[in-house]
Amino acid sequence: MSSSIQSQGTAEVHPDVLLVERARQGDVAAYEKLVRQYDRQVFRIAQHIVQNREDAEDVVQDAFLKAYEKLDQFQGNSKFYTWLVRIAVNEALMRLRKRRTGKMVSIDEDVETEEGSMPRDLADWSPDPEALYGQSEMADILRKTIQGLPPGFRVVFVLRDVDGLSTEETAETLGLSIPAVKSRLLRARLQLRERLSRYFKKGEGNGSRAKLGQGGVK
Amino acid sequence: MLDQDAALPLRADLEEHLRECEHCEITLNTTRKTIQIYRSHEIYELPDDLRERLHQAILAKCRKC
Repeated sequence: MSSSIQSQGTAEVHPDVLLVERARQGDVAAYEKLVRQYDRQVFRIAQHIVQNREDAEDVVQDAFLKAYEKLDQFQGNSKFYTWLVRIAVNEALMRLRKRRTGKMVSIDEDVETEEGSMPRDLADWSPDPEALYGQSEMADILRKTIQGLPPGFRVVFVLRDVDGLSTEETAETLGLSIPAVKSRLLRARLQLRERLSRYFKKGEGNGSRAKLGQGGVK
Repeated sequence: MLDQDAALPLRADLEEHLRECEHCEITLNTTRKTIQIYRSHEIYELPDDLRERLHQAILAKCRKC
């Protein structure tokens, strides 16, 4: 008993918690620090879901504003970032629904596909695949490749593998079970790997049949 | 990359299989590379001018709350 009280007393308080506390008391400058810290990640996640820059801008604005209005509801038992991303994901899904004229959209959409659950392309990649393409061509390949995945796979891959959230944090953020996160992550990784093999396998690259627009990426 | 929650005997079996199976080794290595490439390329940049515009809009609305 006494040890748990001690450890609570000495536990480091995350700097975000102090900023949230100040923002709750009306310190907008403190909130601005949180905006500056996380706006790029929120924009990236929004883009991955809505796949449209204007909608992603709206999602960033709405998510930060909604989070500010709901700061009193932030419990501090999860990270501020995961709480914020949860709001942003919901905003992005709502925006997607609006664009599809009311059709229901959720992160469970299209996840029943069997594609990519077993690796088919077993050819090894070039030792330095990034050297095969220029910077902007590479960004195009990566964008087009990930856009072919269902939204529920894209968002799990981005939170877990690009943003570096833990499995538990990803599950909490998306309201999914831990096995569901693991299963989606595995299939997202395998599908991306399979699709990127068209561009990166040995003998591919500039001047090859895998040029952008002919590689069959959706 | 292998699930840290997997039971130790299963992990040992997988690691042994990976040493002997070229296809699985390639799949694992290229999957690792897939993750590394996505991590090292920002495919949805937030340009500075747009960023500033978004900040101003967000903070102006926060001040009115």
